[in-house]
Amino acid sequence: MSYGAWIMLTGSLVGVSCGIIGCFLILRKMAMLADAISHTVLLGIVLAYLVSHSLEGIYMLIGAGIIGLLTAFLVQVLHSSGVQSDAAIGVVFTSLFAFGVILLSAFAGKVHLDVNHALMGEITFIPWNTLTIGGVDLGPSAVWMLGIVLIINLILIFLFYKEIKISSFDPAMATAIGIPVMFIHYLLMSMVSITTVASFDSVGAILVVAMLIVPGATAYLLTDKLLVMLLISAVIGVLSAIGGYYAALVWNISISGSMASIAGLIFATAFILSPRHGLLSKLLARKSIISERT
Amino acid sequence: MFYELLSTLQDANTQWVLLGTILLGIASGVLGSFALLRKQSLIGDAMAHAALPGICLAFLLYGTKSIGWFLVGAALSGLLATYFIQVIINHSRIKEDTAIGLVLSVFFGFGIVLLTKIAQTENGNQSGLDDFIFGQAASLVGNDVRVISAIAIVLLLVTWLLFKELKLFTFDRQFAKGIGLPTGLLNGLLMTLIVSAVVIGLQAVGVILMAAMLITPAISARYWTDRLDRMVIVAGTIGALSGMLGTILSSMANRLPTGPVIVLAATVIFLISLIFAPHRGLVSKGLKLYRIRKIVARETVLQTLYDLSEEVSITNKKIRFSKEALLSRRKMTVRKLDSNLKRLQKEGYVHHIKDMWSLTESGGSKAYEIVFNNRLFEIYTMYEMKFASLQFAANDVWDYRNIDSSTLKELEQLMAIHERTPKLAPKYFGKGETFRKENSSQSAKKRKKEVKSL
Amino acid sequence: MKMNPIQVSNLTVAYDRKPVLQEVTFQMPEGKLIGVVGPNGAGKSTLIKAILGLIPTASGSVEIYGKAYRTQRKLVGYVPQRGSVDWDFPTNALDVVLMGRYGHIGWFRRPGKKDTAIAMQALDKVGMKEYAGRQISQLSGGQQQRVFLARALAQDATVYFMDEPFVGVDAATEKAIISLLNELKAQGKTVLVVHHDLQTVKEYFDWTLLLNKRKIALGPTEEVFTVDHLQKTYGGRLAFLDTQVSPSYVVQP
Ligand SMILES: Nc1ncnc2c1ncn2[C@@H]1O[C@H](COP(=O)(O)OP(=O)(O)O)[C@@H](O)[C@H]1O
Ligand SMILES: [Mg+2]
Repeated sequence: MSYGAWIMLTGSLVGVSCGIIGCFLILRKMAMLADAISHTVLLGIVLAYLVSHSLEGIYMLIGAGIIGLLTAFLVQVLHSSGVQSDAAIGVVFTSLFAFGVILLSAFAGKVHLDVNHALMGEITFIPWNTLTIGGVDLGPSAVWMLGIVLIINLILIFLFYKEIKISSFDPAMATAIGIPVMFIHYLLMSMVSITTVASFDSVGAILVVAMLIVPGATAYLLTDKLLVMLLISAVIGVLSAIGGYYAALVWNISISGSMASIAGLIFATAFILSPRHGLLSKLLARKSIISERT
Repeated sequence: MFYELLSTLQDANTQWVLLGTILLGIASGVLGSFALLRKQSLIGDAMAHAALPGICLAFLLYGTKSIGWFLVGAALSGLLATYFIQVIINHSRIKEDTAIGLVLSVFFGFGIVLLTKIAQTENGNQSGLDDFIFGQAASLVGNDVRVISAIAIVLLLVTWLLFKELKLFTFDRQFAKGIGLPTGLLNGLLMTLIVSAVVIGLQAVGVILMAAMLITPAISARYWTDRLDRMVIVAGTIGALSGMLGTILSSMANRLPTGPVIVLAATVIFLISLIFAPHRGLVSKGLKLYRIRKIVARETVLQTLYDLSEEVSITNKKIRFSKEALLSRRKMTVRKLDSNLKRLQKEGYVHHIKDMWSLTESGGSKAYEIVFNNRLFEIYTMYEMKFASLQFAANDVWDYRNIDSSTLKELEQLMAIHERTPKLAPKYFGKGETFRKENSSQSAKKRKKEVKSL
Repeated sequence: MKMNPIQVSNLTVAYDRKPVLQEVTFQMPEGKLIGVVGPNGAGKSTLIKAILGLIPTASGSVEIYGKAYRTQRKLVGYVPQRGSVDWDFPTNALDVVLMGRYGHIGWFRRPGKKDTAIAMQALDKVGMKEYAGRQISQLSGGQQQRVFLARALAQDATVYFMDEPFVGVDAATEKAIISLLNELKAQGKTVLVVHHDLQTVKEYFDWTLLLNKRKIALGPTEEVFTVDHLQKTYGGRLAFLDTQVSPSYVVQP
């Protein structure tokens, strides 16, 4: 495969993984918790490195998973001790992130990870960093990691689809019929954490948020069916990745930044033109009501 | 250590930075309080992230680094972001948190795009725009600090002048509108003030962590006071303290970036507030809870004995009860019941013959008072609306002696209607005791017989 | 001996130190339509939530047909207040009704043909068959309430708990709901309905539970629904508008 194709494949995998998970975050009104987790996994990665002295994917996944769950847990604890939820999220993510940055600078000599890289990703390096087993080149390791995380996510969503659905729509009913709503919550948060860390290398911490939220929000405007929403969201994730890549080629700009911008453009288009929930169709509907009356 | 501190403080550059971060801390603490009370803390986060493309555009248009133009660009794109968030919430089914995250991440992504573009221009390399992501307090020069200080002072002045209006607007927008305040204008003004506070912090703390400067001092201040005017002052002080501590610590430990250290300093102050603040802190709440639990457990035992006595008094049965009877009535561990009974016995309130427990006369009068008070409270909760004038706050302790006599009378009447008036006057238990004496002498005889027959 | 469908003993619930339900004890007879009536904030919703184990209780116990609720989930159907969910959720009416089957299906399995048939039947019963594929945000308030009711029917329960099903629905829906409730009763099911319109209590319910923090009264409606009891429940907030036919009650704010 060519260099460009690898990059597009990586971006598309990010788009699909984030797009699917993002739908649930939006429906559960947890977009900002996901934003918080995407920041704090930085701390998870640094700690994983300091403990294991390696940048192997598996350590990163474990470190990020633990810190991601810790973030969700701390937010919950602060909230239940009386801190309003937006402030709880703000305090937790900024302090864990600040701690991560400080660790990074303090051990700057030892950690081969610079902050800009962590934030903005370095998708251009992805194709060079390949996985070789027994001398056989198996392609970029990021692609493997993203692929595995995507499969894990898909399996978990497939297995727990109806439990996730009912606990998102009607948590009281879900509890009443015996579904462990808290378990589902932390399951989703773990999925957000590992998805974030797998995407981290390619798009960086902040832009993962764009890929988590924007495709799902766009899909939310385009359909009224959950399954279709997941599908559309995945497709928009891929479109943003590929569009972002070409835009970056043409204008010679950051690939990850350009992916987020393209996603934003797609959202804006849907926001204005969506057949049912778009601004334009709403305006037209209002106009036709007014003209009917006169 | 001390010497190091002194030498750090004597450095002219550090003094400038210190002044900048302290003023920044005050301004963001004060304005963060308003954002917090309006439940808009995370909008500050969005404004900060959204400032990045504004700064970049200002650089592209103006050509060189200029703090003034940066601030203008950042403020404009921050305001544009809040506007977009509002439009998305008002005109689609998308909810607030999604709208914030969406705008925040797309603006930031676009900012990154512009950054890479700038890096390719000829003076792009020395633009120092990267500093805005994490902040670079050490790079603040005299001119920057003068601009920051001027803006911070204007912000504080405006807040001080319009404090009354902003306060009303924050607490009750509808009411503010009702009495003729221009709420649209106030909203715009408050947003502008917040965005300005964000903007002056960017250089020192950076876009990602700027949210902490708005949120953490304000939420910490919430633990120390309930009043907005005091909260604003406390938040400003905590902001200043964080700025100062962060700056000094990071300049002493050479490699540590100032912004994150300031944020961690604020977090430490938050944790101290969360744990140790009087009244609202966890320790104080825990102690209070412990004391209340102790009192409640004791009262519960007395009350249960009273309730049971009241029930059997109609049939004129004996008013002595086994521990099992007590436990079946109220959820309590056996150990807790034992220790409370023991204590109450020492105080002369309860009394037992073998395994059967009863109230003494003084215990009866104590229990009567407790039961009366609790049942009155119950009646109050039933007709809360009717007794709204009592202004009884949820965490106050209910005590009928603090209620004015006419309300008390009304409550007592309702209590009578519900047949909840305590039926057994304290002296009943005195009679009970004489009862018991007879009975106990009888049972003693009976026991002797039993022993004999063996 | 036949067990009671609902047995609540000594139930006490408090938020912080503030008691919301005090030593509530009652048992419901089988096969009755029971109205739970009381002023705002009386603890009616709290009672249902406590019975269903959705909130912690300070003391007391709840039994459904003689056993703890945890083991009897399948016997219980629940209709929460309509405002408690986000109706913008991307799903259609049939899908929501199918959620009523989840408790029966168990982990990892999907609703099958049989479940879909039951759900369609439930939708038919509430007169919403044609709306099966309709997105839920496009339903009117009354239709949304019918969907919730259909979901409870699909739970195929023996005991039903409904929280204010008549709030914000049109007259036709109210009629449809009440006839459905009567049908459930005819099948021997027990239905407990939180209700706040005093005018219709006598017409709708066989039994009435008057609740205000404590149980004020419970029994056959004609015995329980008396001026005396109502005054006790509502305090002085009740005005009596005597009309020729029957006294009607107005709750003053
Ligand atoms: N989660 C909660 N936290 C604190 N108080 C609550 C909570 N839910 C309900 N309450 C209080 O409990 C009381 C009873 O509420 P509820 O059961 O909803 O009343 P009803 O349904 O009869 O109107 C009210 O005073 C309400 O303010
Ligand atoms: Mg209610």
